[in-house]
Amino acid sequence: MALVSDRFRDLRARGECALIPFITAGDPDLGTTAAALRVLDQNGADFIELGVPYSDPLADGPVIQAAATRALGHGVTLDAVLGMVKALQPPLQAPLILFTYYNPILNRGIDQFMADLAAAGVAGLVVPDLPLEEVDALLSGAAAANIDVTLLVAPTSPPDRIQAIAAQAQGFVYLVSVTGVTGVRSELQSRVKDLIDNLKQSTDKPVGVGFGVSDPDQAQQLKAWGADGVIVGSAFVKRLAADTPEVALHTIADFCQSLKAALV
Amino acid sequence: MTQTPLSPRPAVTDARPDALGRFGQFGGKYVPETLMPALFELEQAFYQYRDEADFEAELNGLLKDYVGRATPLYFAERLTAHYRRPDGSGPDIYLKREDLNHTGAHKINNALGQVLLAKRMGKQRIIAETGAGQHGVATATVCARFGLQCIIYMGVQDMERQSLNVFRMRLMGAEVRGVTAGTGTLKDATSEAIRDWVTNVETTHYILGSVAGPHPYPMMVRDFHAIIGEETRAQCQEKFGGLPDILMACVGGGSNAMGLFHEFVNEPTVRMIGIEAAGSGVASGKHAATLTEGRVGVLHGAMSYLLQDSEGQVIEAHSISAGLDYPGVGPEHSFLKDAGRAEYYSVTDQEALDAFQRVSRLEGIIPALETAHAFAYLETLCPQLTGNPRIVINSSGRGDKDVNTVAKALGGLE
Repeated sequence: MALVSDRFRDLRARGECALIPFITAGDPDLGTTAAALRVLDQNGADFIELGVPYSDPLADGPVIQAAATRALGHGVTLDAVLGMVKALQPPLQAPLILFTYYNPILNRGIDQFMADLAAAGVAGLVVPDLPLEEVDALLSGAAAANIDVTLLVAPTSPPDRIQAIAAQAQGFVYLVSVTGVTGVRSELQSRVKDLIDNLKQSTDKPVGVGFGVSDPDQAQQLKAWGADGVIVGSAFVKRLAADTPEVALHTIADFCQSLKAALV
Repeated sequence: MTQTPLSPRPAVTDARPDALGRFGQFGGKYVPETLMPALFELEQAFYQYRDEADFEAELNGLLKDYVGRATPLYFAERLTAHYRRPDGSGPDIYLKREDLNHTGAHKINNALGQVLLAKRMGKQRIIAETGAGQHGVATATVCARFGLQCIIYMGVQDMERQSLNVFRMRLMGAEVRGVTAGTGTLKDATSEAIRDWVTNVETTHYILGSVAGPHPYPMMVRDFHAIIGEETRAQCQEKFGGLPDILMACVGGGSNAMGLFHEFVNEPTVRMIGIEAAGSGVASGKHAATLTEGRVGVLHGAMSYLLQDSEGQVIEAHSISAGLDYPGVGPEHSFLKDAGRAEYYSVTDQEALDAFQRVSRLEGIIPALETAHAFAYLETLCPQLTGNPRIVINSSGRGDKDVNTVAKALGGLE
């Protein structure tokens, strides 16, 4: 099946760059998250990354940390998140990629976790605190449940390591565009172009660029530099938290459209 | 008090950790990819420099002349008498006086070792996390000594209960950044320090202060503290011509305990006991007894025992002692526990406060609240012992920093 890779292949054939919005599940509540997933799905998202709130999100900046803290504060659990996803009718067109730290996976048991993801209809997985050296158990568990595990490459990764990571990554390779945590940056570092070039020399797999990407100009720039996908997180999470759900859902619909317009 | 029964003892392997930084199933490197190259670089630098004559000479020279090592092994005569039974049985209690080190705790051993590495690696900016402030003070101290920029992350709650240490760090030129996330304690400060490192990794060295975190930290921090056990072995030989029977130390992340234990792990006659903080009591749920109450999980880069809820969310720890107020523990302690090589128990805030006063009055030594946890377990241990076994307690830090906290808790001394 490999849903994530197939979708990237279609987009590539059309000369499009994928838009991958990220939101934190359960902020402000799971009902709003469900509505937001639908809004993103209908306004240009090619994939959607859904963050599972975690108590110690080491790779996240203040915006997503705060969203996770709020979600945990009113008792959002992994089962509740997956239940909400499973209940989405009709199902989303955009494949859903779950973003979660490793400890909640370990806590549930890798095989059970993967089975639960598959049952909910999740297509892919990103685990920001699980580097190549520790990923084997997760990869075999994911393979059994047909979940694509995306691995991350950082600006600090040396060339041989980039190659090794790209070889194991499934669906796409997630290029972290900054040395740093998630969050809005005013401009892209010019070295991202070189990083994309390097990565493209190492792999045929699609390259999704994220961390610090927050507006249509940056998205367009990344497409021009050769990115196959653009991940925008904190900028969505911030907008979703800035107003009442009703108003915020309109805001993110417009924002999502403006980003996608920059990528076709 | 809670007790863990002794389990059978499988062999403790010699290679700790293995090439992947694992102690059995524990340890490893669970960090964002951005940090992986820095961890490899650090590991290489550690292996390269630790055996170089120049590094060794500089470290040993500073440990002697700047830190004041070797620290004494002191026979605690009145504490020993306190636990003597009428028939003359009861342990001989010795204190490894790490509290006499420059800056008042064992933490300087590691801070000094790491700053010498950072210097050789060309890193000009140093960051660290701190709970009680002892590691922060040690880091600020060595940064002042070597003229390096120093940023310390500290939970806001800890800044309040350890305000003296905050002042000391600032006095030595460090910037102390308050962390408000979570409960504003050591866990949150550590997360924030790691985020800083992810952001500034190319110019910055992170002086992690315990035997926790991703490989190579648990190994490297242990090795810089191993001098505690090495000196203890020689001093025991000199004082009574043999090995100690029992080693005891408090365990938060576990650096002072590991420093004392490491030399003796392969000496099967030496019993090793680590004491965690039971806070308001293990049953209350407000504690920091990770090894006695936790489950295996991943926090701050390592697999180890961890206080977590049924969802795998990390639970905030609670202890009157800021230095033990941590929901994780060093991975080698988890390994030694599961291997049955070391025993881990816990004592409450109240028991630690009692011991704090007892040791002050009996020995004229005001121990750190962290250290007081180790002393407190004597109340349980001593009645269980027969004959006159020799106990070495790591007197890991001095308690000047804690007098405000203790005065508040006791409502003043009459």
